[in-house]
Parts: sequence; C-alpha cells; structure tokens
Amino acid sequence: MSRLLTVEGLTTEFKTERGIVRAVNNISYTVDSGEIVGVVGESGCGKSVSQMSIMGLIPSPPGKVVAGTAIFGNTDLLKLKKESKEMCEIRGNRISMIFQEPMTSLNPALTVNKQMSEMLLEHKSISKKEARERVIDMLRQVGIPDPESRADDYPHQMSGGMRQRVMVGMAMICDPALIIADEATTALDATIQAQLLEMMNNLVREHHTAMVMVTHNLGIVARYADRINVMYAGSIIESGTVKEIWANPLHPYTESLIHCVPQLGQKVEAIPGMPPSLINRPPTCPFLPRCKYRQKCCFEDPVQELTLVEGTHSTMCALRSGGAKNEQ
Amino acid sequence: MGSYLIRRLLQAILVILVVSFLVFVLMRMLPGDPIEMLISSSMLTDYTPEMMDALRHEKGLDQPIGVQYLRWLGQMGRGDFGTSIMQNYNIRNEIKDRVVVTMMIGFAAWLIGLIVGVLLGIICAIRRGKLIDNIVSVLANIGLTAPSFWIAILLVYLFVMKLHVLPLYGYTLPWVDFGKSLKQSIMPILVTALGPIATTTRQTRSSVLEVLNEDYVRTAWSKGLNEKKVVMKHVLKNALMPIVTLQGTMLRMIIGGSVVVETIFVIPGMGSMLTKSMLSHDYPVVQAVTVIMTAVVVLSNLLVDILYAWIDPRIQYS
Ligand SMILES: Nc1ncnc2c1ncn2[C@@H]1O[C@H](COP(=O)(O)OP(=O)(O)OP(=O)(O)O)[C@@H](O)[C@H]1O
Ligand SMILES: [Mg+2]
Repeated sequence: MSRLLTVEGLTTEFKTERGIVRAVNNISYTVDSGEIVGVVGESGCGKSVSQMSIMGLIPSPPGKVVAGTAIFGNTDLLKLKKESKEMCEIRGNRISMIFQEPMTSLNPALTVNKQMSEMLLEHKSISKKEARERVIDMLRQVGIPDPESRADDYPHQMSGGMRQRVMVGMAMICDPALIIADEATTALDATIQAQLLEMMNNLVREHHTAMVMVTHNLGIVARYADRINVMYAGSIIESGTVKEIWANPLHPYTESLIHCVPQLGQKVEAIPGMPPSLINRPPTCPFLPRCKYRQKCCFEDPVQELTLVEGTHSTMCALRSGGAKNEQ
Repeated sequence: MGSYLIRRLLQAILVILVVSFLVFVLMRMLPGDPIEMLISSSMLTDYTPEMMDALRHEKGLDQPIGVQYLRWLGQMGRGDFGTSIMQNYNIRNEIKDRVVVTMMIGFAAWLIGLIVGVLLGIICAIRRGKLIDNIVSVLANIGLTAPSFWIAILLVYLFVMKLHVLPLYGYTLPWVDFGKSLKQSIMPILVTALGPIATTTRQTRSSVLEVLNEDYVRTAWSKGLNEKKVVMKHVLKNALMPIVTLQGTMLRMIIGGSVVVETIFVIPGMGSMLTKSMLSHDYPVVQAVTVIMTAVVVLSNLLVDILYAWIDPRIQYS
C-alpha cells in the first residue's frame, strides 16, 4: 500500500469574540491508498474542522489554518489557496467530501443530474450525454431505484436517505483517490444508516478508494475501518488499528468511548463532565478534569505528544505510554 | 395552473375595481369643484348660476354619485375613457401618447436599477467588509432615504446651471431625435432609477451573503469548481429569487417616481398628467390614469408570482 496523505502538525484556529478558539491542535496522521481510516470523538472535538482544513474549506474569516502540512502526492494542500487552480483540480477530482447535513448540502435549484454531471464536466473531458450516462450508472450503484427518471429530480423530491446516497454518488463519480465522509450517516435513522454504511463500504472497497470516515460512534468505525484516530479537544489522543484499540484501549478517554458503545444487555456509561473550552487551553492533558486515573504528575507536566507504545498503537496519555510511570 | 391563473386574474380585477371606486369617491370628497375651476380658468366672469348648472349637467356631474360611477364603469368597459372636463380632449388618445413617454423612462430606469443593483449587490457581498462594500452601502442608504425631488434639484444645479451640459426640461421620443432624447432623459431616468438601484443593491447583497453561507455552496466548492462557477451556478440563481419578487415593488416605486420626476422635468407622461388633472379636479382624467396605473401594478405583480413559481422548483401553483 502506498502513502496517500501525510498530515503533520495541522492546527486550525477561529477568531471569535471570546478569544481564539483552537479547534484543531497539532494533529498528525496518514492515510494509505485504499484503506479506511476512522476518526472518532465527541461533538465539537474538531473532526469536521480538521477535515475541512485539508480540503481548504475553512470559512475564513474567522477560521485559519495556522500551522502544519498535508502532503498529498507532491503538493502541500495547506499551502494552496481556497480558490487556487491547483486546489480546484484536486477537490472533487482526487479528494472528495461527503458532508454531515444531507438535507441542505445539495443545491435546491438544480437537478440531481446537473449537480453530479457538473463534476464530470469540470474534471474529465466528456460530453454532457456521456456524463448523464455515468451519473445514471452511479445512481444505480448507490442504490437509487429507477435512476433514469430520478436523475432529473430536484433534491426536495427526495428523502434524506436518498439525498445522502446522491452525495455519496457525487463523491465517487470522478473516482477519487480519497473520500472524506464527515458523519455521512449521522443525521439518518438507524436502518438507513446501516444500509448506507454497508453500501459505502462495498463501493470504496470495490473501487479501491481510500476513505476517512468521521463519526462519533466507535461501533461504526470498529466495524468498517482499518485504523482509528481518536480525537479529543482538537488533538488526536490515540491512534492504532481497530484490533489494537478495541482490545487494549490505552487512553482513558478511548476506554470510556468503548464503554459508550451500546451493547445488548449492558448499561451505557456516559462520560462524566464536559469537554474543555478550546480557548486559552492549559498546557496539561485536556482530558485531565474528567480522567479517573489521573495522577499528581498529570497536573504538573505539560501533555506529551502522541507516543508510540507498540506496533502502530500510540497514545498521548503519559501514564499509559510509560512516559510518567517511573516517577511514581 | 389554469385554475390558479383564473383565480389570480379575478382577484386582480377585483383590486382594480375597488381602487377605481375609492378614487372616484375620494376625488369628489376633496374640496374644490371642477366646474368652478373651469370657469375661473377660462376667465369668463359673467357666468350665471344657471349657466353653471347647465354645464354641470352637460358633464354629467349633477347625477347621484352611484349613478355616475356605474355610468363611468360602463363607459370604461367599452374602452371609452371619456373626455377631459378642463380641456375637452379625448382621454384615450391623450393617454396613448403619454403612456409611451412614461414607459420609455420607466423601462430604462427599471433596467438600470436591476442591472446596476444586482451587480453592486454581488460585488458588495463577495467583498463584504472591504472598502467598496462600505462605500456602496453608504451610497445605497443615501439613495433610499434622500427624497427624489431633492436629488433632482441637485442634478439640475450641477448639470444645467453649472456645467451647462443638459437641458433643463422637456422630452423628445428617441426615434424622433435620439441625441436630444438622450440628453433630456438622462436626469429623469437617473432620478427614477435611484430608489430601485438602492433597494436592489441592498436586497442582492443580503441574499447573496445568505446563500454564500449555505451548505450547498460549500458542496459546490468541494466539487472543485472555481469561484466564478460557484457564484454563477450555485449562488446566483438562489440569491436572485428574492430579487424577482422585488420587481413588483420596483414597479410601484417607478410609477410613483414618475409623478414627481415628470412634474419636475416637465415631461408629457402619465405622471405629469396625473398631477395636472388632480390639481384641476379633472375627475375623468384622474380616474382613467389611476385605473391604468393600478392595472399595470396589479398585473405585473401577478406576472412576478408566476415567474417566481417557474424559477423555483419547490413552489407549486395552488
Ligand atoms: N465558524 C466557526 N467559528 C468559530 N468556531 C468554530 C467555527 N466552526 C467550528 N468552530 C469550533 O471548532 C470546534 C470544532 O468543531 P467541529 O465542527 O470540527 O466539531 P465536530 O467534531 O465535527 O463535531 P460534530 O460531531 O458535532 O460534527 C467547535 O468546538 C467550535 O467551537
Ligand atoms: Mg462535524
């Protein structure tokens, strides 16, 4: 497998009235071609912002990528301007994105065919007629019944589930190397969610497309992803393969997340406390106030970087990575 | 669709009828008497009360008001607008000439308002907070709040009194003498277009800003479209929908403006016809002009609604 995307030290901030919000704090990760990387974390931990930073879609002002590199092929995506030609050639064509909001992410004034074939016409040399055929074929692949006539529907004529299928088809249509699915199924009900995930999984595996799968449900990620990055308060606090993390969660936050996955006959444990404010963050571990394993040294030492423990498994927790053990 | 149209048309006719009735009654309630005005203006001092009654009878003004109204309505139904009390001209023929003049100025003002307003609005929205946005916003506010007669006087002062480049008043149809027509219409068109430009700019700016924040615009960016395509294909159509509905208001502004502008610049259009007939209590002229102006506004509003439903796929006729 070849390396597709290498993100290093990505940091994104928002200027607000109350101060500077550091929504993404120095995160580094990689995506190999054809693999599914899960990104999990509570609401507001910076999942969307990190992915939108990669795509150059941070609303600016108030947002700004203040540090980091994201090497895709030979280009650093973070160096490209939002409206630059190079970025436009990558967006939609080499990397595409599915958004969290199925009801509002499609243009209400254009038919499904227009919105999908627009991408083909933009990136591939292809006629309108051929584009339409490709669109209909894609709609069939994402499970839209009667795609010939549905292609001419407007978004408001479709249900939320269908619209998100259209979004998936749109993301796939130029056959990109990487798809970023930002909680593509969260807004849908459980059965539709399962169908859609299954369909997406089959589709990306079939086309050998890499996918970054963003969700706050560790259960979903464990089922489909190859590797997982757990995010907390803007940082990746644990990273590893599904097996490594599921069998042996290192960070106390990951541990509580696993307890949060509903299992038959078990009570779901909520994580007590609230995520910290992202303004004026202290140098100590961001999970410290909610951690039930915290030690004296946790209050004193600045939080350490993501540290490799074994295999590909790494964590930011000093207690679990051996960094702080000998001090006790 | 068909039944929707018929219903809307019937509503439109009802509105026109109500307006015509109100104008008919209100004109007659105003102090002042057309017969006395007629006599004093023709400087005949030796009119006896008997002669005045005869004149009143001749013009049909001695009938009960209901009878007068119904008679007038019947006349209008036959396409006969009657004759002017003051000057005895055929109102229909007079309107035919004047409507062209008002339309020439009004249409030009409307077109300029639409094009300039939309362009300025888009520029302001895309460059929001920048210098150009601030300048245009201030100008738009001035355009909205400054009375048009005041702007007209400023323009006259500048272009007529100081620079001597434009004529003070009058109107020539463009196909009679284009150069002269252009010079004479610049100020009236500008003054009429000011309100529409300002309103359209502000509306366009705010609706483009709103659409720029929509999720589907982010989607459009994520597809790899460049800024021009994002704006032209995904922002404009959605942002301009409210501008379509605004056109009814624009027309009202322009027709209202024509009354002021045509009076100031002495232009022989519908607006000055209305002021003149109002001042001289020329009932049939006032009635004919108001009914026509009302009809234009009501029918164009209907047109706007149909257009809107046609543009926005989410709207169904009902
Ligand atoms: N436009 C903005 N202005 C200011 N702050 C913002 C803006 N967008 C995001 N943020 C901040 O960035 C943080 C991360 O937001 P983000 O949308 O990435 O969360 P998320 O992990 O995707 O959550 P969710 O699961 O709810 O989608 C939030 O806490 C928010 O305060
Ligand atoms: Mg999100």
